[in-house]
Amino acid sequence: MERVIYRGAEAELILSEYLGRKAVKKVRLSKKYRLKELDFLLRASRTKEEAKLIHEARKAGVPAPIIYDVDITRCTITMEYIEGKKVKDLLSEVSKGEMKRICMEMGRNIAKLHNRGIIHGDLTTSNMVFSDGKIYFIDFGLGSFSEEIEDMGVDLHLLMEAFASTHSEHEDMFGYVLDGYREECHVDFTKIRRKLDEISRRGRYIRWR
Amino acid sequence: MLSLGIEGTAHTIGAGIVEYDNGRCKVLSNIIKMYQPESGGIHPREAANHHAKYASKVIREAFEKAKVKPEEIDVIAFSQGPGLGPCLRTAATAARALSLSLNKPLVGVNHCIAHLEIGRGTTDCEDPVLLYVSGGNTQVIAFANGRYRVFGETLDIGVGNFLDKLGRYMNLPFPSGPIIEKLAKSGKKLLDIPYSVKGMDVAFSGMLTSAQKYYDSGESIEDICFSVQEVAFAALTEVTERAMAHVGKDEVLLGGGVARNRRLREMVRIMAEERGAEFFVPPDDLCVDNGAMIAWTGILMYRSGMETKIEESFIDQRFRTDEVDVKWRE
Repeated sequence: MERVIYRGAEAELILSEYLGRKAVKKVRLSKKYRLKELDFLLRASRTKEEAKLIHEARKAGVPAPIIYDVDITRCTITMEYIEGKKVKDLLSEVSKGEMKRICMEMGRNIAKLHNRGIIHGDLTTSNMVFSDGKIYFIDFGLGSFSEEIEDMGVDLHLLMEAFASTHSEHEDMFGYVLDGYREECHVDFTKIRRKLDEISRRGRYIRWR
Repeated sequence: MLSLGIEGTAHTIGAGIVEYDNGRCKVLSNIIKMYQPESGGIHPREAANHHAKYASKVIREAFEKAKVKPEEIDVIAFSQGPGLGPCLRTAATAARALSLSLNKPLVGVNHCIAHLEIGRGTTDCEDPVLLYVSGGNTQVIAFANGRYRVFGETLDIGVGNFLDKLGRYMNLPFPSGPIIEKLAKSGKKLLDIPYSVKGMDVAFSGMLTSAQKYYDSGESIEDICFSVQEVAFAALTEVTERAMAHVGKDEVLLGGGVARNRRLREMVRIMAEERGAEFFVPPDDLCVDNGAMIAWTGILMYRSGMETKIEESFIDQRFRTDEVDVKWRE
């Protein structure tokens, strides 16, 4: 009864069951383009790290799937299935007000992750699922643990780029993400803001003002 | 319709003449002259002097090879940016002078977009994700909402620059990429070089430091070259695949000087095959910086009503890919 529900760039999500509960198996696929040793090293370490990160995110009070099982040799995590809609798709359907509310909540959640030293590593709206009025964070595959302002800045900058590319017609909405972030974050927000500007200028061919 | 394109963003001065043939690009000539520093990297002023010296020669050769008279040209295109200021100014000056003396319209072209358009014009791809890898630039570009947008890019240096810096450290001449590619073939041992992917972005400075340390500690140069290629190109292939999944496109195009590397091509081709996508790469002389790609993009722009007045033809060192309103595409 298992079936593939999503095939991403790096992993396959298989709809499955775990002790009678609806579950998702995230299997990191082997890539033929890279060297075998490098391939396993990357997949195994990412599997291990992701399981840890998801678990920590939940402890931080951020909606994320419950981990049921981790199998390093098969590079597989079995976790709770989150029924809902990708925030990427949701944003193009809702009203401006609702969009604002979602973005603020997104920001608050990211701050909660950062407060606990969790860097998501791939903050795009494709990696957030709206379910039961909450924004679930999935795919911590490129995440890491860090307390550095630099890493928090890079994390947020990724989302900013996602808004500029994927949601180019609502690029201004990223401001509400930052508003939400500011409410919840423990570090001095001006430092984060400054970092974000600094990182933006690091990108190539940015206008200096 | 015929177009002359003049390229001069960095180490290369190039002139190419192309014909618009029912939506396809027919390259009539593509003359490339590259500045080779005696030691070290590119000195912008010396590169510009080189371009000034050879600009008229490459343009003349382009006309001769294409068997086209200057009066027969419909539009003159030039690389307006991004790139090194002195080099850009030299190429732009040549283009303006020709535009005025021949009384032909001028079009300023974004260099990064030209790398993508030449792929669309000369291969069978229609709406690709471009992995653009050169000395100065490393970007993953795709068309979205009327513009070419950068979905991923390097957070520090271009991959070609990374290879050149490492090459220089190991006393290899410039450009080092082709030599590193050759040495890598005899390498076997995968050294622990940090793999750096952040979302759809890549970074190379950590790899550089690590590779330099291996060199200092006496590791074989072949193993270093092998490891660096395996790690850096795997990272590039991964971000390209992520961008393809993210924007939902099933064509991948390579461009830029590093696109000539056979190992990188192999990796991107395998990646494409594995996800049921199509892989495209233009011929080598259209991968590197060249005038034909500028000419071709200039034609597309001109046909869609775009033109650059002389008084607005300033070069732009930081010309962003997503600044151009892509009127020639639906």
